[in-house]
Amino acid sequence: MDTALFNTLLAWADDQLVLGHRLSEWTGKAHVLEEELALANMGLDLIGQARNLYQYAADVEDAGRDEDKLAYLRTEREYRNLLLVERPNTDFAHTMLRQFYYAAFMQRYWAELTHSGDTRIAAIAAKATTEMQYHRRHSAEWVVRLGDGTDESADRMATAVDALHRYTGELFECNADLQALVDAGITAHPERIRAAWETDVAAIFARASLALPESEPYMQRGGRDGLHTESLGFLLAEMQYLQRSFPGQTW
Amino acid sequence: MAVEHFDRRARERDAWAVAAAVPDPEVPCVTVADLGILRAVEVTEAGDVIATVTPTYSGCPATAMIEAMVLSALRTAGYNASVKTLLSPAWTTDWISAEGREKLRAYGIAPPEQSAAPANELFAQLRVPCPRCGCADTEEISAFGSTPCKAQYRCRACLEPFDYFKCHRQFA
Repeated sequence: MDTALFNTLLAWADDQLVLGHRLSEWTGKAHVLEEELALANMGLDLIGQARNLYQYAADVEDAGRDEDKLAYLRTEREYRNLLLVERPNTDFAHTMLRQFYYAAFMQRYWAELTHSGDTRIAAIAAKATTEMQYHRRHSAEWVVRLGDGTDESADRMATAVDALHRYTGELFECNADLQALVDAGITAHPERIRAAWETDVAAIFARASLALPESEPYMQRGGRDGLHTESLGFLLAEMQYLQRSFPGQTW
Repeated sequence: MAVEHFDRRARERDAWAVAAAVPDPEVPCVTVADLGILRAVEVTEAGDVIATVTPTYSGCPATAMIEAMVLSALRTAGYNASVKTLLSPAWTTDWISAEGREKLRAYGIAPPEQSAAPANELFAQLRVPCPRCGCADTEEISAFGSTPCKAQYRCRACLEPFDYFKCHRQFA
């Protein structure tokens, strides 16, 4: 088995699934119907991308696990998602800022992956990059509306920036598995996205009248090593509840 | 088992017609062929039919349903059939036929505006003609609608709210 490929596909799939799940937590709780739909639709896009990646990972592993076993039967230390996507929804400002940070990165990263030497990854990427483009626009518009809004919305946005910016460093990490794929022409080094991402974030923050944090002396990390914040435990407990209660059950 | 003599070309044509007639479960005014979801129908040497479909959006919940419906239609028509899914080349709204676009419009869904969409620009309003009255004085209510592929619009002239089938293609 190509371990580097399997581990990386799993990490990417975990990113999409955890963020998709976070968005699904808004179901029935959004402030306006249009946002209720937007959050659910974005969550659906992400879960669809997760499924494509899990299916590929399962094929690469070739050990009898399918997408469901990978999603529902692994625990916290086995999940490899970025810490950013597991951060709690908190409020709409946090949710939109988290989405913007992630979509501004992922839309560009998926665009790089459309040139992958692996045709299956390139195919998954071709769909995902377009979908993330819509996510980026939607979330950036909200960052601007809220940042450049009322005193309360600006306050909440500033609080969200304080809470979340320190999780963005992990977007650009490249561990040994990812480096192996870079060397094999399967993926691009995430550093390639940094300049464009930073410019995008700075421009949106300026429009939103938000102060861009000084470069963080310490960025939170550990997700790719399975070292998560306590939030992931609660998320998986909810997401995996049915499988944990009725092991092996199927539709 | 006796080998049946059959006209491969004719069977391909007929099987295609059966698969192509399957309506989209969510937007039943168009077929899977109109939307460019049905990519090919081949007949093997043994006479088995293999239909190839491609998913639209990554998370489209209708994908599994469409595969099942195409399979069911072919089997009901008497073929020994299977359906395979092709991810690449990626589906794009460019593959919606002209007929499909007209059917969408008649149904009340504005078809995708294929000219350069303001993909990255914030707050840009894409001009989408109202499917009911044709007026271009419309506005987007939400980029996300009843399904991932559609956005919600409103016509300022006739006041009709309508779905817009979003342009899905790799933007530059």
